[in-house]
Amino acid sequence: MSIVQILFWVLAVMALFSALMVITSKNPVYSVLWLIVTFFAISGHYILLNAQFLAVVNIIVYAGAIMVLFLFVIMLMNARQEGASGSKRWVTLAGTVSGGIFLLVLVAALKDSELKTRSAMVMDGQVGLIKVLGNELFTRYVIPFEISSILFLSAMVGAVVIGKKD
Amino acid sequence: MPINYYLFLSLALFTIGMVGVLTRRNAIIIFMCIELMLNAVNLLLVAFSKMHYQAALEAGQLATQAGVEGQLFVFFIMVVAAAEVSVGLAIIVMMYRNIHSVDINFLNRLKH
Repeated sequence: MSIVQILFWVLAVMALFSALMVITSKNPVYSVLWLIVTFFAISGHYILLNAQFLAVVNIIVYAGAIMVLFLFVIMLMNARQEGASGSKRWVTLAGTVSGGIFLLVLVAALKDSELKTRSAMVMDGQVGLIKVLGNELFTRYVIPFEISSILFLSAMVGAVVIGKKD
Repeated sequence: MPINYYLFLSLALFTIGMVGVLTRRNAIIIFMCIELMLNAVNLLLVAFSKMHYQAALEAGQLATQAGVEGQLFVFFIMVVAAAEVSVGLAIIVMMYRNIHSVDINFLNRLKH
């Protein structure tokens, strides 16, 4: 196995294991911490695909900002309080079975598609570099980029209005 | 790397997020599972972007821009996710202030 394959499998196992831990942890704080591990694994995948800009943005925005927000909210309220009314056994079973069926259907549908012969370029390629993406972002996609700032402004105002004590 | 590997990895991550939404009853954890599903889709978009880039290179276009849209899509998904998280967490905090719980079983009546 080449180094790329070893890295891919290590990161894939890390992402899947920590994602499983997110949904099985009883304590929400542990869930947040495992989700951060998942985001780091996905950022590792981005680096492996040479999407450097997205890897950095993923760490800064997701693992840095969004997860800290989650941690703050969890620590503002009582952390472990699901114990009183934990998930019922049959709800867990039904959810897992329906998720497994969903996975089965999609894998069966995509297993023999024409994508089988295609491959993604790893460890190389200019398309994920900041220069290329920034150039594209400020020429062809400048309107959505500016609109997204208005989206942020409205989200900020909305969060303040909703969270305000009245 | 064969694109199939990324496809099935993303599918597995998406399914884990979906199972989390279906089985957990803490609103914050459900919200985190939604973020997990968004990230699975992001990973697949980046993999497809690199797939198209490689196809364009093999077709002989040296200074190609193929696949750049996929990565910009991921960027905008992250933008929308950040805005969504701020508003959603504000809603959860407000809900906690009103009914002193984040259990979605207490929320199935859409009033307090």
